[in-house]
Amino acid sequence: MNNNLLNVNIAGLQLGNPTALASGILGYTGDIMQAVAENGAGAVVTKSVGVNPRMGYANPTVVQAKSGLINAMGLPNPGINEYIEEIKYAKSILQVPLIVSVYGYSADEYALAAKKAAAAGADAVELNVSCPHVKYTGSEIGGNPKLLRDVVCKVKAEMNKPVIVKLSPNVTDIVELADVAAKAGADALTVINTVRAMAIDVETTLPVLTNIRGGLSGPAIKPIALRCVYDISECVKTPIMGCGGITDWRDAVEFLLAGASAVQIGTAIAMEAPSVFQDINCGLTDYLKRKGYRSVNELVGKSHRA
Amino acid sequence: MNLSANLTALNTLRTTPIVDIKAENDTVKTFTMKDKLCAKAKPGQFIMLWIPGVDEIPLSVLNAGNGEVSVSVKAVGDATRHLHDMKTGGIVGVRGPFGTCFTESRGRVLLIGGGTGTAPLLFLAKRLAAKADRLSFVIGAKTKNELLFLNDLGSVCSEESVLATTEDGSYGLKCLATEPLEKLFDKEKFNLIYTCGPERMVRKVYDMTEKRKIALEASLERLMRCGIGLCGSCVIGKYRVCRDGPVFTAAQLSEVKDEFGVSRLGFDGSRIQP
Repeated sequence: MNNNLLNVNIAGLQLGNPTALASGILGYTGDIMQAVAENGAGAVVTKSVGVNPRMGYANPTVVQAKSGLINAMGLPNPGINEYIEEIKYAKSILQVPLIVSVYGYSADEYALAAKKAAAAGADAVELNVSCPHVKYTGSEIGGNPKLLRDVVCKVKAEMNKPVIVKLSPNVTDIVELADVAAKAGADALTVINTVRAMAIDVETTLPVLTNIRGGLSGPAIKPIALRCVYDISECVKTPIMGCGGITDWRDAVEFLLAGASAVQIGTAIAMEAPSVFQDINCGLTDYLKRKGYRSVNELVGKSHRA
Repeated sequence: MNLSANLTALNTLRTTPIVDIKAENDTVKTFTMKDKLCAKAKPGQFIMLWIPGVDEIPLSVLNAGNGEVSVSVKAVGDATRHLHDMKTGGIVGVRGPFGTCFTESRGRVLLIGGGTGTAPLLFLAKRLAAKADRLSFVIGAKTKNELLFLNDLGSVCSEESVLATTEDGSYGLKCLATEPLEKLFDKEKFNLIYTCGPERMVRKVYDMTEKRKIALEASLERLMRCGIGLCGSCVIGKYRVCRDGPVFTAAQLSEVKDEFGVSRLGFDGSRIQP
């Protein structure tokens, strides 16, 4: 969408509008991310990629809840060495910033995957320190202040592209961890990853997900994510990409008012359609015009009372 | 109902007993379950079938109606072998129906099925029988025993309009299902061709129909996990097979020629042969 009202700059990335594809959704191939961009996304985030390939968990990996989805995909990815070619191809066709999500089992692994992604052409990396369903990585790192600091410092020291840190809500105090990531040099924070959850089938008495535990996304978690963004933006100056259950332009505006500079969208792509990006951008433009704003940036953090 | 509410209903897992099991041959069984939503499936659509504690797999619908849905399953891996061991009354889970369906065309139509890919085409043929002027069917398999639904096809189409091929010559013509097509195309002008089966066969049919500018709808198969267009496991080019497919038109297939019949994503997201 060519519309100056919606331009944002976050972590040094120029976005034509404040909506981005969230990690884990579709983002394997350049072609499918380009299809998402054509539907109006201002940036795209890939699936999380590690140093080595991972098959992910056996199905069921996704189960429907009343107002959201619970997933435990298990970080399926081809490994950074194979993925380099896909990053190069994606960069050759995308007109919007490409953010590569990376995970690891140590600071060194995060740094290695991030460095290779950046060298292949990623405009930024997002550190997945918040996946709720794979042992020894994700939220097990992001929930531990010392490990989180080590990972962010190591990645920052080894590359010069923007580093975004995606935080987990499955912690006692997300603000403390946001502060740790910010002080370690994070250029932006994605708030939040999924909320740890499960589903049980009463006929068979079995947990539905093969991994038993997964992460809840969608409208059910929107108020939780919104509160996390609000709390973090009160204490931490690092820009925020709000994420969690955003389905329409009102949801997006709420996140901006709470303090997010941009938003990421995932579940709504399936539960609604990929055109959700366009729909949100149109609604956002109408709202800005109706309220007399000259830029979407004027909304950021506006709900915080002085 | 809006899109989101509708999808939430379809995507909610329903556990239900298997009400009937029929052996089609040594390795293929047809399972019938009660489910009001899946009973509304149209030809070409698929369901996700949960084998509790084992796996959840996508399956093309063989038949739907009267509150029931049937799928034909070949025992090829862990999940399908577990399912084959189940008895009537055993509990499974279903989601769906999902995906696009075949257009129910009038006029002269040809259906080309390979292996278990014949299942959705038989479902389609039953619906077309009342509409189309003339139904022709080419069915192919490795050997006689793997030619599925021959009797059913004979009663839906006329027997002389069903052409069977086997690779070993144990029944019908000894060749691939694509071999007799040129002659058929010379003899008759088809309004629409439908195909489902191994991807190399489907690609061959596409190449042949493109050359002669005959309209085609083809059902594709990919690794599927979520079934609702979220996880990306089944993408081909800019399309999600579970949501934008599995039934694609020739025009859509032309946009994904680099991958169609060439590569698909494996469990780890790497590109492998279809």
